[in-house]
Amino acid sequence: MAMKQLSGAEESHSLSRPPSSVDILFDKSFRALTCTFTWATILLLAFIVYKIGRQAIPAVSTYGLGFLTSTTWDVNAHEFGILPEIWGTLYSSFLALFLGGFFGITIAIFLTQDFLPHKLEMILKNIIELLAAIPSVVYGLWGIYVLIPLIRPVADLLHDNLGWIPFFSTSLSGPGMFPAVLVLSIMILPTVAAISQDAFRAIPHKTKEAAFGMGTTRWEAILRVMLPTASGGIFGALVLGFGRALGETMALAMLVGNANEISLSLFAPANTLAALLALNFPEAGELEASVLMYAACVLLLITLLVNIAGAAIISRTGSGGKK
Amino acid sequence: MKNSSNETFHLPKLERQPFEPRALKSIVLSSITILSAVFACVPLFSVLIMLIYRGGKRLSFELFYALPPTAFETGGGFGNAILGTLFMVGLAALISVPFGILAAIYLAELGKYNKVAQIARFCAKTMTGLPSILAGVFAYAAVVLIMRNYSAWAGGIALSLLMIPVVMLTAEEAIKMVPQAMKDAAFGMGCTQTQSLVKVILPVAMPGLITGVVLAVARAAGETAPLLFTALFSDYWLRVNEPTASLAVLIYNYSGMPFENQIELAWAASLILVLMVFILNIISRAIGGKKRI
Repeated sequence: MAMKQLSGAEESHSLSRPPSSVDILFDKSFRALTCTFTWATILLLAFIVYKIGRQAIPAVSTYGLGFLTSTTWDVNAHEFGILPEIWGTLYSSFLALFLGGFFGITIAIFLTQDFLPHKLEMILKNIIELLAAIPSVVYGLWGIYVLIPLIRPVADLLHDNLGWIPFFSTSLSGPGMFPAVLVLSIMILPTVAAISQDAFRAIPHKTKEAAFGMGTTRWEAILRVMLPTASGGIFGALVLGFGRALGETMALAMLVGNANEISLSLFAPANTLAALLALNFPEAGELEASVLMYAACVLLLITLLVNIAGAAIISRTGSGGKK
Repeated sequence: MKNSSNETFHLPKLERQPFEPRALKSIVLSSITILSAVFACVPLFSVLIMLIYRGGKRLSFELFYALPPTAFETGGGFGNAILGTLFMVGLAALISVPFGILAAIYLAELGKYNKVAQIARFCAKTMTGLPSILAGVFAYAAVVLIMRNYSAWAGGIALSLLMIPVVMLTAEEAIKMVPQAMKDAAFGMGCTQTQSLVKVILPVAMPGLITGVVLAVARAAGETAPLLFTALFSDYWLRVNEPTASLAVLIYNYSGMPFENQIELAWAASLILVLMVFILNIISRAIGGKKRI
């Protein structure tokens, strides 16, 4: 009878009723479940670091810090060192950051400072984002069969005429630093462009109006007002782009040439940490696998530091404008 | 008084000549910007044109059901690689979607301001920057070494590591976008927190959740590095406890081969992979763009 009344009330007036004990039990367990997965996220990252570190221990105790400064990689003689790879990783990432950063920031300016009607802005923004969606192995394939043949004449010309400059001191014999850097910069460009755009969009409209009110031209406003205001967010974008470049694997494994050398030349083959892992891991024996784990640890450490720094910069500056 | 001194007071020129230095500088910088924006689009179109030209030449129905050819064979396809990619990405999605969304619920709603949520959010952000090859190294150490065999499971787990943070962070944003008034209304009806989540918040946040999942799937489908030494490659049909083929690793392996047939297959596989990824991207945009809360 009471039930009937209740259900009648539900239909006509109100859906509300106090939670039953089943509801409360369900609620508690669901909350506990979400909390568990939150903890699992933290533990997962810790477990990744632990697992890679653990596998590297034999190599760390055998080779110590000398591993980081030695330049030989000889599986048969059991001699390993990753200085050329560390150099190659940093060199390629800095060059890619230079190129990709320039284009990324320019595009962010182009897309946020009223150069285009809104519709076109959106189309171009989507095109740039699609650049990021292409898998890196496809860029690698494109690099081998399209980019390298395309830039070889240019590289030869530079080497023949300006060979005394260290950057051009070797000729491009196929894969090498230059094509790798070009592809790498294409891959970090969308990251830099997207975060820089956020930084520019976060600036209050008044700031720009004030600049125009002072009688500035469009570019005076951009260079002296907008860029400095957005600089925090842009810097964070560059750091995150750098982090992406450090960890990028496939395009480099296919294009950088896998040579254990340290060279300033843009046209010389080189190697990076990620490419070293990709190229040597599948055929590695037990000892080499442990050594590669050590190299993975170094890569992990570098990228973690860079990414944490980037995230901290972006969150502290609040993506630009609002301070 | 001002009127009387009008002869000595010069108004600054309000109109600019096109070739005075300030205007000239603006014109030069604008053209540099336009040129570099156009220049940045060149690689995308170049990649697409090459994919259509070189991959499209080889496109046929055979690709989808045939096995990869041996060295000097002609013809062949990569049906096993398509199947392998679908299986491993599916497995990764099965792991990462519940994981990511449940954790996101905690981050966005239940533990909004507590320390655990903040640390977990930080960990997820850090994991988005984790180089994909390290996900492979981890899965190798955690799965391959223990199962003593390369397998599709290891590949799927490696991919799920890359998907979890993407799903989680986009889901958190989507849940946060649900208006407070809706949540209050649910509580006002006597909902428990779980009921309000399941019946009100999640349905409203659904477009955002789906966008994140689709984007994560698109990203995982194109990843090669985590599969190189977890799933390896195989010339045979999918067997989940054995090395497994995938489109991405097929492209990588065949790109360095000296045989024209294999290189053509690599282009065709790239075309199919890029089509898959683009379609997923467009779907996620359509879902995400339609319903902005």
